[in-house]
Amino acid sequence: MLGKLTWQAIPFDQPIPLYTGAVVGLMLVAVLVWVARKGYVPYLWREWITSVDHKRIGVMYCALALLMLLRGFIDALMMRGQQAFAFHAAGFLPPEHYNQIFSAHGTIMIFFVGMPFVVGLMNYVVPLQLGVRDVAFPTLNSVGFWLTAAGSLLVNVSLVVGEFSRAGWLPYPPLSELRYSPGVGIDYYLWALQISGVGTLIGGINLVTTILKTRAPGMRYRRMPIFCWTALASNLLMVAAFPILTATLAMLLLDRYLGFHFFTNDAGGNAMMFVNLIWAWGHPEVYILILPCFGVFSEVVSTFSGKPLFGYRSMVTATMAICVLSFMVWLHHFFTMGASPEVNGFFGIMSMIIAVPTGVKVFNWLFTMYRGRVRFTVPMLWAIGFMVTFVIGGMTGVLLAIPPADFVLHNSLFLVAHFHNVIIGGVLFGVFAGYNYWFPKAFGFKLDERLGKAAFWCWFIGFYVAFVPLYAVGLMGMTRRLQHYDQPQWHPWLLVAAVGVLLILCGIVLQAAQLIVSIRSRHRRADPTGDPWDGRTLEWATASPPPLFNFAVLPDVTGQEPYWGTKRKAIEAMHLSAEPAYEPLEVPRNSPTGFVTAFFAFFLGFALIWHIWWMVGLALVGAYATFVVFAWRDVTESLMPAQEVARLDRANRTARALALQEMHA
Amino acid sequence: MSTSESALRLPSSSVALDLRAAPVLIRGEATGHGEGGPAPKRIVVGFGFWIFLLSDIVMFSAFFASYAVLGDATAGGPTAAQLFDLRNVQIETACLLLSSFCCGIASLAVEQRYQQLTQLALLVTGLLGLAFLALEVQEFAGLIARGAGPSRSAFLSSFFALVGCHGAHITAGLLWLGTMMAQFYAKGFRPDICRRYLCFSLFWHALDIIWVAIFTIVYLIGVRP
Repeated sequence: MLGKLTWQAIPFDQPIPLYTGAVVGLMLVAVLVWVARKGYVPYLWREWITSVDHKRIGVMYCALALLMLLRGFIDALMMRGQQAFAFHAAGFLPPEHYNQIFSAHGTIMIFFVGMPFVVGLMNYVVPLQLGVRDVAFPTLNSVGFWLTAAGSLLVNVSLVVGEFSRAGWLPYPPLSELRYSPGVGIDYYLWALQISGVGTLIGGINLVTTILKTRAPGMRYRRMPIFCWTALASNLLMVAAFPILTATLAMLLLDRYLGFHFFTNDAGGNAMMFVNLIWAWGHPEVYILILPCFGVFSEVVSTFSGKPLFGYRSMVTATMAICVLSFMVWLHHFFTMGASPEVNGFFGIMSMIIAVPTGVKVFNWLFTMYRGRVRFTVPMLWAIGFMVTFVIGGMTGVLLAIPPADFVLHNSLFLVAHFHNVIIGGVLFGVFAGYNYWFPKAFGFKLDERLGKAAFWCWFIGFYVAFVPLYAVGLMGMTRRLQHYDQPQWHPWLLVAAVGVLLILCGIVLQAAQLIVSIRSRHRRADPTGDPWDGRTLEWATASPPPLFNFAVLPDVTGQEPYWGTKRKAIEAMHLSAEPAYEPLEVPRNSPTGFVTAFFAFFLGFALIWHIWWMVGLALVGAYATFVVFAWRDVTESLMPAQEVARLDRANRTARALALQEMHA
Repeated sequence: MSTSESALRLPSSSVALDLRAAPVLIRGEATGHGEGGPAPKRIVVGFGFWIFLLSDIVMFSAFFASYAVLGDATAGGPTAAQLFDLRNVQIETACLLLSSFCCGIASLAVEQRYQQLTQLALLVTGLLGLAFLALEVQEFAGLIARGAGPSRSAFLSSFFALVGCHGAHITAGLLWLGTMMAQFYAKGFRPDICRRYLCFSLFWHALDIIWVAIFTIVYLIGVRP
């Protein structure tokens, strides 16, 4: 009846996952009860769960990422704690649990923190910057988000029902084959990623189409804000790279479920092919994450230096060059696996070449700041912290790109320190900059500056304290993923690293405090103008939060910084441009399709993991029925009357007129 | 049908007039290239679906790559030349190409808003697709019965995965096709349904292209002496 699922799947003998699961479960139930008793369910259903508004979906992506960041960070705390204690000792985590934790940490941080955060920011900002009303396919957008959420739910369920993968964040065969990993851990990993991977692909198709086909009148390619360019590059990479991941994981699934021999040791299987395929996706993946963050930094540096971005064209060229080059370096992830020196040499040189466009970008940001009036706000601090940190991480990357050096350093903590250096220093700093920068746009009030700055310093210093020691022990020969060790010279470094992770913990606590304090004092922090940072791109032309339709009339773009131009004109003329003629607008109707699809996808994944075949059938039928119901609906859009459009737009104009008066008073 | 027909044809003629009258494109009929604002829905939907097809082809390319790597890894078991029956594959190919042809006929019928012909052409499209699928299942069953199933060798694993992936796409396409016919029947030639049909026909033709590659790389090259 329930396939492989029995009471033994619940880890009664392991206190850590059991208690954690119980506490999280209780908190979840408490939140649900509170929501239900307060009568918020209809509101949530109407305004969020079924919403197809790109802004709401963007916010939900970011919220998912923040939640999962907590989960992934707790894993990190436990790993650093374990290595601090496990000198000549067993530590507090048994090996099979420790292996699950480092696998879960990597999986969660890449797929359910980095990806949703970056996708969320792009979802929110790109249509606003392009001057349009929504993404190309609003309902699909909702489907993509909910599939991502279903995948992350599966990963979390593995904490209390069964186990998670122990094979690292990329499950290399033959370890991940049925013979060596007979449990459900790998299956949890595989199905969670297949489901959320479909979501990512849908999101990628959606944003590529949005950027290439739906832009405001006059928004030529060379007038697109740099964040949109980086979003385009990132989404093109999603469309081109994620199908490889889907295919590769499908092959591993076939090996595990139907006895195929893609990557097995026997019958001609080829485990090296998995490593090649997975990195053919995996290297573009790191650029999927980092490119939009480069876009965020470009916007932030330009805004807070009070200058247009230096070298716009070189920035676009560098972005697109990275987009293409990212597919030509995958072999540097396994120099040691026996390719010939010529092949290794080629990929080493290609990897170093990628540093060139990245260097161009760093100089562009520096020259943008040069002779600017730099305002050291929270987003700007993250941007400057990024520039310093990312350059260091980039240089250790170039070191690792030299095959002979890589032979010594590969699989060591030096490598671990390197990729955390670029992912924390690049991606996380980037999304935090974006979060602080666009928060007032999304909610109409600014986040607390003092707590934000304190959080930045804790993260910034904490990062160095946590990871510089890892570079050191890596050079001393410590390999990654060690559950315990007996080298006395490593121990002090690992103690320092544990202190570093505690500093980062302070940063996270301060960020939570920043959010809570800011929400409680939101009336005092309100920004009525919709342009709190003196911005330059079109998203700042809308009210904060923007109305459902974003723009009452699509803006007519005549230059590279359309909003800055309009604003200058209004300030010179001392009045706003003439009021446009308002027309009724078609807005896409809410749809539960995404939520229902994800509901079935979750049970499909769960049933496949536990071999509950009747549930698999049921979920597939449900998914097809959802598709038919969606295809059958007659009304896809509703009309917003012109008076309502006018009312909302006039409120925005009034606020801006007042701000203009104050400026001249 | 006649009212929707005229309603659908009006915009194109008015665009032509507008183009002659002024160099600026009217809104809603823009190219999406930046001058006139967002492109009309038909273009957006078609374009988005093309992007999906490209991603699907990338996925197939991963399976093709694995077949190329594992093609010789027969592990002492049967080789391609011993297993494949070209006659069967020829009939399969004929079914699929004719099915695509009928799908093209259906597209013309949809453009003419001709319900009976649309339904008939789609029915034949589907039956030919079904025949293809039946032949493929028969081929697979025969192989498995001869002890040449996917778990026999890495070569057979990659063969079953690649060809089976195409077959799974055909199955999904048949489900979509049935839904499409029902939509035309129940709702008529509504613009959104016509857009969906555009996507379906793109999908069906793309599967042909994949099949041509499979036919060449797997079967023709496989049976080479």
